[in-house]
Amino acid sequence: MSPALVPARPRLRTFVATVEDVPGVLNRVASLFRRRGYNITSLTVGQSELSGLSRLTIVVACDDATAARLEANLWKLVDLVEVHELAAGEAVERDLALIKVKADKTTRAQVVQAVELFAGRVVDVAPDELVVEIAATRERVDDLRRVLETFGVVALVRTGAIAMPRAGVDDPTRTQSQSQSQKSASGT
Amino acid sequence: MSSATVGLTAAAATTADKAPGRRTGAEMIWEVLEQEGVDVVFGYPGGAIMPAYDALPKYAVRHVLVRHEQGAAHMADGYARASGRVGVAIATSGPGATNLVTGIATAMLDSIPCVFITGQVSSHLIGTDGFQETDVTGVTLPITKHNWLVTRAADVGPVLREAFVVARTGRPGPVLVDITKDAQQGSCDFDPADRRLARVPHGRPARGTSADAYERAAALIDVAERPLILAGHGIVQAGATAELMAFVERTGAPVASTLLGLGGFPATHPRALGMMGMHGEAWVNRAVQEADLLIALGMRFDDRVTGNLKTYAPRARKIHVDLDSSEIGKNVAVDIAIVDDVKRVLAALTPRCKPADRGPWIARIANEKGDAAVRDIQQLPDTGKLHAAHVIHDLWRLTEGRAVVVTDVGQHQMWEAQYYKHDHARGLVTSGGLGTMGFALPAAIGARFARPHDEVWVIAGDGGFQMTAAELSTCAQEGIKVNIAIINNGYLGMVRQWQEMFYGGRYVATPMRSPDFVKLAEAHGLTGFRVTKRSELAAVVAAARSAPGTVVIDFRVEQEDSVYPMVPSGADLGDMIRRPAPSVLVETAADSDEDEVPR
Repeated sequence: MSPALVPARPRLRTFVATVEDVPGVLNRVASLFRRRGYNITSLTVGQSELSGLSRLTIVVACDDATAARLEANLWKLVDLVEVHELAAGEAVERDLALIKVKADKTTRAQVVQAVELFAGRVVDVAPDELVVEIAATRERVDDLRRVLETFGVVALVRTGAIAMPRAGVDDPTRTQSQSQSQKSASGT
Repeated sequence: MSSATVGLTAAAATTADKAPGRRTGAEMIWEVLEQEGVDVVFGYPGGAIMPAYDALPKYAVRHVLVRHEQGAAHMADGYARASGRVGVAIATSGPGATNLVTGIATAMLDSIPCVFITGQVSSHLIGTDGFQETDVTGVTLPITKHNWLVTRAADVGPVLREAFVVARTGRPGPVLVDITKDAQQGSCDFDPADRRLARVPHGRPARGTSADAYERAAALIDVAERPLILAGHGIVQAGATAELMAFVERTGAPVASTLLGLGGFPATHPRALGMMGMHGEAWVNRAVQEADLLIALGMRFDDRVTGNLKTYAPRARKIHVDLDSSEIGKNVAVDIAIVDDVKRVLAALTPRCKPADRGPWIARIANEKGDAAVRDIQQLPDTGKLHAAHVIHDLWRLTEGRAVVVTDVGQHQMWEAQYYKHDHARGLVTSGGLGTMGFALPAAIGARFARPHDEVWVIAGDGGFQMTAAELSTCAQEGIKVNIAIINNGYLGMVRQWQEMFYGGRYVATPMRSPDFVKLAEAHGLTGFRVTKRSELAAVVAAARSAPGTVVIDFRVEQEDSVYPMVPSGADLGDMIRRPAPSVLVETAADSDEDEVPR
């Protein structure tokens, strides 16, 4: 980060990038983050609605100026079709977690109640422990985890956030990707 | 055999059938290179690239056999820098490809358009640690603009074409295409008229320029009393020299250049100040620190240019023009950013600015310049010994500033930047960003092919020259003429200078014993000269220029000379170590220079 810039408080930001589904593309994105020293919170990749294109959700802690340069650097990747930062209030964001928590017959009812409060689900049961799933915002997953820690978390795995603009919100990602893919398909 | 009459044009052995039909992957490599206008490639054969080499004689592409693949990479780079066209190098898998790496990184740091083609083991061997297998696309991922692995003959043509487009569009850069042996051996139908790319490059939105940027920039320029143009490599790359001249003539603003920007504005023009930065001229760095407006054109505020960022140009508003929006605000916060091709930007900006003279500001800089000139080595009495600066100054005079000068890296490179006055773009070929020793000789060979009608000079140190000296053999085999000035001080001079200034004068691993460069030249069937006094210089340079083949001149210069001024690494730009004034030179030379050592 440039010392010449006015320091701005880093905050978590979510970028959604559409990339070509070609070998090495995740490596290129990850390499960019490593090389430029961006502090990555999560990076997920999976299919998009367009064939041949994958969608990445990238969560990074950074200030405004760093975010602008990160986006500019992503645009330089040849395999990238487009990238947009999602405004905080205008995005639906979900993080999926599986949490294995201690729960014997004396605590099981309390654990299940807590999971239900967070709209999670119990997906596997053994005499002394449960596996719980929750798909929610990052913060809600963190909250449930804190609650379950009072009973004893044995293991935790989470996907990192996936995100998209909310329903009805203008989604530049989508229209541009479609026109891009049409252009690619025409092969001129 | 090394006669100058040996032509630089490809042996036109174009016997290949150009009608649509069946082609091997190997044949399509060369056919696409021909279509892209490539007249020469620099390379070295080996197992995984042999199918491609086997097909080569049918095509009108000249191949230059190098002595080490690093040389091939620098040649392609030097070719691109001297011509503005895309340079091409070719190597085999494994060690052939990894030997290219230094050259690829050199091109990457200076945004040089090159296409590197490497052979790869057959696709069924990939991932098995096969003989001479290396994950070359993985190795070169962070040092290429993009790279591709091609495993099918049908992809060779479309991917290679895309590679050329990527290398030269936007901010240029090196790309690499790794082609498996079976993709070279396989075949498919090929139509030369079908110039499809593997894919259309994705559109890139114009970002980073606010709607009123031009109005605001023009307004800042009009009100500025002490504006300063910082002209970078982008001026040269964009071919914007005429636009820069028009902008300077209208606004009256003086021009400081980055190392790679030299030649983008004529050095002998009254508004040209010279180079900025660590070894920039004192008056230039002072002008940066005193300016009330910096107009940065196609440059990236490298740390060698700015010194301490906290105290950099403290009085100046900043306008930054660059093609790459990721450069905006990277090192220096700016007031106005214009993200576009600098040629287009200047054409649009100049008419919006009011004509101005800037007389008082120019006079103030001229004052500084007069003071600095007293300390200049050119003003020192000629003691009969040889100073590197004298050598370079004299070379400039004798070649009338018209040579393509290719430097290595170190003290001689900085002296070249200070004393060879470049009036023409692409007259200086030098490794700026990566600072790659060993660059000069191979890059000069590339420049030779790019500029067959221009005089090409290498200026190299004794250390850097020896890193790639084997390419003398390439000069001899190809029958080409390059004039090589070795600035031989018996030290790794720049490191020695730092040891003298910052490491208590402990010369660890910097004294260097070299071979007899005259005999080395002769062993290659080339001509060698030695110069130990300034009085011998002109006659030897004249003899070198008229000799038919490559000539090596061993200039035995002052051993412990230093480059001045010098801004110590990370120090304030205005905080320069200056050449001691002539009156104190004698004592300082012998004595320690404690007061010169910066904090």
